[in-house]
Order: sequence, then structure tokens, then C-alpha cells
Amino acid sequence: MPAPIRLRELIRTIRTARTQAEEREMIQKECAAIRSSFREEDNTYRCRNVAKLLYMHMLGYPAHFGQLECLKLIASQKFTDKRIGYLGAMLLLDERQDVHLLMTNCIKNDLNHSTQYVQGLALCTLGCMGSSEMCRDLAGEVEKLLKTSNSYLRKKAALCAVHVIRKVPELMEMFLPATKNLLSEKNHGVLHTSVVLLTEMCERSPDMLAHFRKLVPQLVRILKNLIMSGYSPEHDVSGISDPFLQVRILRLLRILGKSDDDSSEAMNDILAQVATNTETSKNVGNAILYETVLTIMDIKSESGLRVLAINILGRFLLNNDKNIRYVALTSLLKTVQTDHNAVQRHRSTIVDCLKDLDVSIKRRAMELSFALVNGNNIRGMMKELLYFLDSCDPEFKADCASGVFLAAEKYAPSKRWHIDTIMRVLTTAGSYVRDDSVPNLIQLITNSVEMHAYTVQRLYKALLDDISQQPLVQVASWCIGEYGDLLVSGQCEEEEPIQVTEDEVLDVLEGLLVSNLSAAVTRGYSLTAIMKLSTRFSGVNRIKKVVSIYGSSIDVELQQRAVEYNALFKKYDHMRPALLERMPIMEKSASNGPTEIVQTNGETEPSVVDSKHPPPVSQPANQANDLLDLLGGNDVVPVIQTTVPTKPASAGGELLDLLGDLSLTIPPMTAYNKNGLKIDFTFERANPNPNVAVITIHASNSTEADMTDFVFQAAVPKTFQLQLLSPSSNVVPALNQGTVTQVIRVLNPQKQQLRMRIKLTYTLKGSPVQDLAEVNNFPPQSWQ
Amino acid sequence: WIRFILIQNRAGKTRLAKWYMQFDDDEKQKLIEEVHAVVTVRDAKHTNFVEFRNFKIIYRRYAGLYFCICVDVTDNNLAYLEGIHNFVEVLNEYFHNVCELDLVFNFYKVYTVVDEMFLAGEIRETSQTKVLKQLLMLQSLE
Repeated sequence: MPAPIRLRELIRTIRTARTQAEEREMIQKECAAIRSSFREEDNTYRCRNVAKLLYMHMLGYPAHFGQLECLKLIASQKFTDKRIGYLGAMLLLDERQDVHLLMTNCIKNDLNHSTQYVQGLALCTLGCMGSSEMCRDLAGEVEKLLKTSNSYLRKKAALCAVHVIRKVPELMEMFLPATKNLLSEKNHGVLHTSVVLLTEMCERSPDMLAHFRKLVPQLVRILKNLIMSGYSPEHDVSGISDPFLQVRILRLLRILGKSDDDSSEAMNDILAQVATNTETSKNVGNAILYETVLTIMDIKSESGLRVLAINILGRFLLNNDKNIRYVALTSLLKTVQTDHNAVQRHRSTIVDCLKDLDVSIKRRAMELSFALVNGNNIRGMMKELLYFLDSCDPEFKADCASGVFLAAEKYAPSKRWHIDTIMRVLTTAGSYVRDDSVPNLIQLITNSVEMHAYTVQRLYKALLDDISQQPLVQVASWCIGEYGDLLVSGQCEEEEPIQVTEDEVLDVLEGLLVSNLSAAVTRGYSLTAIMKLSTRFSGVNRIKKVVSIYGSSIDVELQQRAVEYNALFKKYDHMRPALLERMPIMEKSASNGPTEIVQTNGETEPSVVDSKHPPPVSQPANQANDLLDLLGGNDVVPVIQTTVPTKPASAGGELLDLLGDLSLTIPPMTAYNKNGLKIDFTFERANPNPNVAVITIHASNSTEADMTDFVFQAAVPKTFQLQLLSPSSNVVPALNQGTVTQVIRVLNPQKQQLRMRIKLTYTLKGSPVQDLAEVNNFPPQSWQ
Repeated sequence: WIRFILIQNRAGKTRLAKWYMQFDDDEKQKLIEEVHAVVTVRDAKHTNFVEFRNFKIIYRRYAGLYFCICVDVTDNNLAYLEGIHNFVEVLNEYFHNVCELDLVFNFYKVYTVVDEMFLAGEIRETSQTKVLKQLLMLQSLE
């Protein structure tokens, strides 16, 4: 059998292959040759063959048949053999191979070999890929080598110990005695690896951490020597002596000083020294400074030092090297919570970073900018952030938009500014805005009463330009539905009112319905908006037509709405105005504020509009039925309620939770007692608003028969506002077997004497009964 | 600590792959491909740090070769950047103005250099003179 070709030959040959197929052919041929050579148990050329095999493995071809051969090579006496053998082991024999364990014995022998290079090879292999079993077996050997005087071996042994500890943490104790003298080494390499070993031990075990705290003074001294001592050519990098060692010591100091006052104090000086003396013109110096800053921020340093650290970071931001800017932004992000004021000083630099070209820098700058926004800088910051929103990549837009909304909500200097900002976001990044921002915006707009005309005008104009951005379209159509009358009447104070006719508005809304760009949800919004306009506009016929067309729409959601609205026109026309009234202010904190209520027709019949209510969030109009309960009356207006007693209105439920905190001892009273029906009032004060009195009525029936279809209605004088929540039931059981309760909330800002007119309707023994009464005997505490 | 060190050329061919953490063969292949994809699209206006899975990669391009080190998120980026440069300078010295072909034909020697400077995922020896001395000693044993 001719001698196998040399490695060089093989490489050269393979490189001449022009196609993948050609290469594969050559490799297969050579593999076959190698395989037969292995079978012959040829010692001389084994090394060469395995080397070739490893090369082919690096190219991506399978080489598992060489595993055993590697073992044989390791066991050989020749250094070259061992070298390739160990390399092969590291490349081919990972933990999952069965052959792996067979190496243990070989490594053990080699760890005790006479030649340090062989020992080194063994340590290296063990340190790179030793499995837990191997580590357990060989830890003792490693520990022995850790104590040897040979610095070459000590370095390797230290890092090998690190690997052992990572694999088998319980063995950490074993290495403890050997670490005693590690730091007194002069050899930088040994020092470096020792520090790494100590770091690993401290990170893994709090006991070790406590134990090694006493080394802090020693570490400080070493660091000091490093900085002060003169030129040491061996470990010098660009004029700084052994920056790698400095960085590692700083890191160990960080771990030791965390949450420990004494150690932190011992470090303060040296940290300040490093921070001020290190040369910053090259990356090396900056690497050390960066580690120093991280350490200062983590330990319990004094505030002067912290400010120094943040100033260093600020200087980094101005550096030309983008790596350094990136690193600075990342660290500032971590510290902005704790050292907010110091970071604020660098705000303008951070904002400039928004314009950087690198994506990760931009992202961090954006996050940091949002963290720095406060009441004073909101206008300036927002201008920059909006500009950023315009020009940034799509991946940022969603986060940026949400951030802008949050910041605007917290710090908006005026309502108009707030609405303008929102408009700007919607028009520039409308399609990236998160889904939950639409209801939030709607709530915000509803609550800014004086801005309604301005808002709806601007939204209308935006719609004219562009109907592709769904969140914008949804908010706009909702607003037009609510405030369309303001739009048409042209009463805008903030800016030049535009002349819009009802037909134009309806054109726009109908356009949304038919457009391909509109999502199904958006169509729902616009149909409801059109419906609402039926009470605000004069031309109802057109609206009726539109609504009836969609009664046969394919989209089930639209169809259902259209059918219900149709029913509203036909059978329940008298209820339509009440149902489609203006939304009240949605309660967030205070429950004050006049709501613009369109006069109702004084309906007494309980509604039987049995519309099913799909999830409330994106269909605010359907909430009108729920919220009817919340509508207060400005006049002596009876309030309509639903007769769905077991399902409390969604907002009503929350309100009930708000109630019941404070209760002054206001005595209960009997409001009505006639024909066997008795109605008692009990009182509470609503928290947090002391002007709201909460009255719970208890209706009981002392006759022999149940009172069914029981409806309680109440009206109050002009200065009051009333909210009536759902009753617990509409059957008052006979013979006082139970009560029907219902909650009334009365807002009494002027603290006038409370008066109420109540109307009761029920059916007793088949015949309807109706009664009106005045309630004047409210105890004085209820309205004072 | 370092998870792996990769040297790749622009075409995606691996010139060196040193793993300090356990991966399956197909995982290794996937990682190599992913790293290549992430690193080759970046140019001079990007930083030398990339977030990669739940680690980060510190890389630097020298001529047609990308030297990539995958480390923990908490490690010091700038220090490892210096580490890469240190390593490349040693290679340069050892192979006398190193080029890609040197790394191809002497791949096993490159591994030796790596093993002299890094071990168990940590930087072991930082003094270039010392490393070169060791390498020459080892070479004489062959």
C-alpha cells in the first residue's frame, strides 16, 4: 500500500476542485484510503491520516470513524501523535460520544507526564471539553498541578479548574486551599488566571464570596502597582500595562464590593485613580474605563464617584468610535433609574444619538430618551422623538409610538398639545400603533371636552388625506360619529373652522365602509358612527338607507349591527336619541365634569333592545346600552335602565367596587311605603369624591303575591346628577321574603338639599301598577 | 465566559471553530450559519457587537476573514475586542504576515495558538512575547 498522501497535498488537491460534487468525490476517495489504512493498524502514518481527517471534518464532512484512532494517538509516546490526537479529541469527541470516557485514563497519565508540554496538552483538553465524570475523576490531579511552581502549568491548571467548577460545582471546596497563595504571584499570566478562578468561585458561591472578601486590599495593591509601575513591555498594549489583567481585577472587585460597605470603601480610591488616570485615546483605555464604570455603579460607592462614572459615560457618548457610544448607552440605560439627575445632564448628546446610523445605537438612544422625559423637557424631547418616529425603521415604530403616548399622557403641558401630538403619531406611524392605544385615545379625547370641535376637525381633515392607517381611521370615525354636529356647525375655536356639509361627512364615512383598505373592525366603527349621526344630523333618510343596505352584508358583524340599527329605526325610534347620546366622561380618576346630554324623550318603558354585546373594547357605541345606566340627568329627567338584572353594566361593576369604603353613619330612611311596597334608602359616601352620595334602595313586598316587572326610576333637580345602576332583580318576592336592591349615585356639588321624585311600576296579580312619589325626607348628613 | 470562537471567510467557509460549550453537531452547523448570516450583512457603520440568541457576539473583520467570539451578555465588549486583536497580532507574528491560506494549510497550528491564548472559555495568556516563545518551543518538538 503506497504511503498515504501528505496533508499539504490533500489540501492543495481539494482546493483545486471546482464544484461541490468534485470536492465530494475527492473527499470520499481519500476517506476510503484512510479507512483501509486504519484497518491496517499502521502506526507510522496514523497521525497524518487523522490530520487529514480533521481537515475534512472542518470542511463539514463526517469523520466519526476516526474517533478511536484519536485515542490511539493520544496513547502514543510521540509528541506529534499526542498533539494531533488531542486536537482530534477536542474536535470530534464531545461529551455525547461513548468513546469519550476512554480518554480519562490517558489524560490522567499525561497529567503526570514528565514533559510539561504533554501535561499542558492534557490540561487543555480537559479544560475545553471534559465531561462531569471526567472532571470528577481528574479534579485531584488538576488541584495538584495548581500548586506546582511551574507557571506555565499553573496558568493552565487554574483555567482547567474553572472548567471543572463549571461542570461540577460541588468540587469547588477542593480547590480552596490551593488558592491561598495565588495572588502573591508575580507572573502576570498566573495572576490573570488566578483572578479568573477566584471570580468564578465567588460568582458561584456566596460563602466563597465572603471568604475572599479579605483579599480586597491585596487586589487593590496589585491594581495600583499595575497603574503606577513603569513600562512593562511584555504585557503592554498601546502603552497601558496589562489591560486584560486590570479589567479582570476590576471585575472581581465589583463582585466583592457589591452590597458590602467596607470593601466598597477600600476600593473607592483606586477606582477614582483608574478613572482619572487612564488614557482614553485608544480602545484599550476605554475598555478599562468601561469596566471601572460598571464597578462603580455596582458597588456602594460614594456619590462623587458615581457622578464621575456617569461623566465618563457622557464623554464616551461623544467619542467617534461607535462601539464606545453603544457601550455607553447600554450602561446609561442601566443607571438612569438610580442616578437620574446625573444622566439628565447628558440628555442632548443622547438625543443626538437618535440620528446614528447603527440600529442598536438608535434603539438604546430611544429607550434612554423615553426614560429621561420629564415635565420640563417634554416639548423639546417630543419634537426630537416625533422626528425620529418619522424617519426610523418600521421595527422601532411600534415601540416609539407607545412610548410617545405614555410620555404625552404623563407630562402633557396642555390638552391641545396632547391632542396634536397624538394626531402627529397617528398620521406618521398610524399602522404601527398598538391595538390598545385606540381605546385609550378615545377616552382621552372624550375627556378633553373643550377640544372636541378642534379634534374632530383635525381628524376629519386627516381622513380626507389618507384612509389606510387603521388606528387613525378608527379613532377618526368614532370622533365624527360622536361630534359630527360640531364639525358641521363649524364652531372651532382653536383653528380656522372648515366648512363641511352633512353629505360630505357621510360620503367620507361611507367611503370607509366600501374601501378595500378598511379592516373589518374599522368598518364596524364607521357603521356605528353613521348611525350615531342620525341623531346629530338632520338628513336621516340617507342614513337609514345605508344601514338597511348593510343588513344583508356578508360580514356577520356588520350585518348584525345593521340589523339592530334597522330595528332601532323601525320599532324603537323613540329610544334612538337616548341610545345614541353623547358619551359621558369616562371615569378614570374624578367623576366630575358636565356631560353634554341631549334631551331624552322621557321614556318610561324599559328597553328590550336585546342586542348582544361583543367585547366592549373596540365597539364603544354598543356600550351605549350598558352606559345608559351611567347617564346622569341635568334636568328632571327620568333615567332609563335595562332589565338585565343579572348582568351589571361593565363600568357599573367597577363603580361598585369603588364604593363602600367610607361610610359615615347616615341613618337609613324609608322613602316610600304604600300598598305593600316599601322602599328603604341606605347611604354611603363615595370615595374619593365626597360630593357623591351613594344610595342603595331596598324594595320589599309585604303582600301575598310577588311583584313582577318591578322598575324603579328616579329624577332629581337640575343642580344634581343622578346615576342609576342595574337592579338586583325585577321581581320583589312576596311576604318580605327578599328585597330588590339597586344603587343610585347622586352628585351634589352645590351641596343643596337632596330631593327626589320616584316612579314605580310593577305588576301585581296580573294588573300593572304605577305610582309616583316625592322623597323629601333625606337626612341632612346625606347631602352635606 | 466565551462560548465559542469562529474564524470564517466572507463566503461562509469556517477556518477555525473552537467550542467551549457542549453543542450537537447539527447545532454547531446551525450556529455557524447563523453567525455568518448575522455578521456578513454588517458594514463599517455598525458597531462590532451583535446580540445573538441570549449571548452576544463580538467580531472584527480582518481582510476577508471574520473573527467572532461569542460571550455572555454581561461580559466587557471592549475588552474582548482587544482580545481578538491580540490574538490576530500573535497569528500575524507567528506566520509572518499571515494570510488566509496560512490558516488553511496549517489549521492544526492555528488551534495550538488558540489553545495557548484561551482555555476553558477565558483568556489565558495575554503577553504576545510569551505566547510566541511557547509556540516556537512546541514547534521544535515536532
